[in-house]
Amino acid sequence: MHPLLKLVVQRLVLGLLLLLAVSVVIFLGVEMLPGDTAQAILGQSATPVALANLRAQMGLDQPPWVRYFTWLAHALQGDLGKALTNNKDIAHAIGQRLGNTLFLAVCAAVIAVPLAIGLGLIAARHHGRWPDKLISGVTLAMISLPEFVAAYFVIFLLTQVVHVFQPVSMVFPGMGFFAQLKAVALPMIVLVMVVLAHMMRMTRAAILNVMQSAYIETAELKGLSPMQVIWRHALPNAIAPIISVVVINLAYLVVGVVVVEVVFSYNALGQYLVDHVAKRDLPVVQAVGIIFAAVYIGLNILADLIGIIANPRLRHPK
Amino acid sequence: MRIPVSALLGMSITTIFVLIAIFAPWIAPYPIESAVGKVWENPSTTYWLGTDTIGRDILSRLLYGAQVTIFVALVSSLLAFSMGAFFGFLAATRGGWIDMVLSRAVDLMMAVPSLIVALVVLSVLPLNLTVLILVMGILDSTRVFRLSRAVAVDIAVMDYVEAARLRGEKQGWIIFREILPNALSPLVAEFGLRFIFAVLFISTLSFLGLGIQPPLSDWGGMVRENKDGLVYGKAAALMPALAIAVLAISVNLVADWVLQRTSSLKGGRGA
Repeated sequence: MHPLLKLVVQRLVLGLLLLLAVSVVIFLGVEMLPGDTAQAILGQSATPVALANLRAQMGLDQPPWVRYFTWLAHALQGDLGKALTNNKDIAHAIGQRLGNTLFLAVCAAVIAVPLAIGLGLIAARHHGRWPDKLISGVTLAMISLPEFVAAYFVIFLLTQVVHVFQPVSMVFPGMGFFAQLKAVALPMIVLVMVVLAHMMRMTRAAILNVMQSAYIETAELKGLSPMQVIWRHALPNAIAPIISVVVINLAYLVVGVVVVEVVFSYNALGQYLVDHVAKRDLPVVQAVGIIFAAVYIGLNILADLIGIIANPRLRHPK
Repeated sequence: MRIPVSALLGMSITTIFVLIAIFAPWIAPYPIESAVGKVWENPSTTYWLGTDTIGRDILSRLLYGAQVTIFVALVSSLLAFSMGAFFGFLAATRGGWIDMVLSRAVDLMMAVPSLIVALVVLSVLPLNLTVLILVMGILDSTRVFRLSRAVAVDIAVMDYVEAARLRGEKQGWIIFREILPNALSPLVAEFGLRFIFAVLFISTLSFLGLGIQPPLSDWGGMVRENKDGLVYGKAAALMPALAIAVLAISVNLVADWVLQRTSSLKGGRGA
């Protein structure tokens, strides 16, 4: 087998194992914590008989590993069980909301990625001078803000000071693409801000790192113009770290999206998760938690793979 | 040693915040829980920052909120720090299966964003201060573990550590007397970053309604209480948001400076 293909397969298997381990932790780890689902449903005044009945009905009297494997087997077939609070099918509820979350995240990514790389290039090009200091200062401040704080500043600015947008994002089935786009504009701006700062800072660091290498100095000394140095020598070497920076930061979106959806009451996966944490609806929380974990792990492995593929030294291991 | 203006500014603002947190009961003009004015009053000489959704004085609540936010963040980052550093040093000095088990466990915890793990865990556990501090502390200790293990691995192969081992010193001595003093400066900078992270984390949890529960209230919770006012142009929710931002940025400025200092101590290799 080609060594590269072998590496890729290895990483993928590793990622699947990691996801499996995470699912064990999310399922069994939560089981070990004090707290009782049956008690949570029936309340403090429940009789012991009622508790025992409910436990038997929900299968809670089985040993944890039996329940884990039952749950895993069902989950692999797309059956995530029913929500405790309203007895509705979880997979169906997730299916309705996943699209909304992806729409928001993809829109944010499409804007944030080119902007971050562009700004990172500008900052690295003018390293230590005012454009760099300005961009770095602003992004440092943005990193220091939690997502919801950034969100409220943006809301206040764009709905109260300048009346451009509506403060609530409603999307519903049957809405046109552009109407949908307008509805998510505000949460999108916030998400872009949140990801942009990290992505831009890491892009800048990646380029500066390459610019300090000996071959860049050689290229400069043999009289190439600055543009040629960047284009022919710096960029090919910086592209791998930049792509992995981008992908790693897309994984940040997973966390950002949860908070931003709550801020804008945007009916999607993050909002669904937070609602059901408050309602103590464990099956829903576990299912959505694992989906977010899977996306996060998947993106990290993708970043890893791109790093390997783009790096000749790893591509042809000795 | 010259301290840059930005670090000085960060230090003084952080100090002011800590003093506010300590002396909140004496400087707050109104009690925290009583509705003293009308609903959503604009800032005036009586209510410097206006009143909130049920007529409580925002400035007073902000001052008391500083207590909760800073206390929770400080205790949880101290916990994260002592746990992370201890296990990190232990893994680095003992190596072998202890290192293996601890490192893999940390890898596993870091494979999922902390907010998601916290949400899953908090859907089962009761929401009170102790639980919040423990959850945040443990989740955050993973990052400290990685850093302190990496730093300690470098130190553990030094001659003076070897000498201590040959002298027959115990594990505790090697960790606390040989490695800790030499690993302190990168860890101090990390402490600042962990503290900010804890402030942002507890604020986010409270904002989502899953952090500090009433009657206590922190800045994140205050944003949540007052967010509806924004639609009517009432800026009440922005005050606690601003407080979080200013605290986070000023601690960041200090940590940034310490970080630069420590990296230049090591021969300017950069962060």
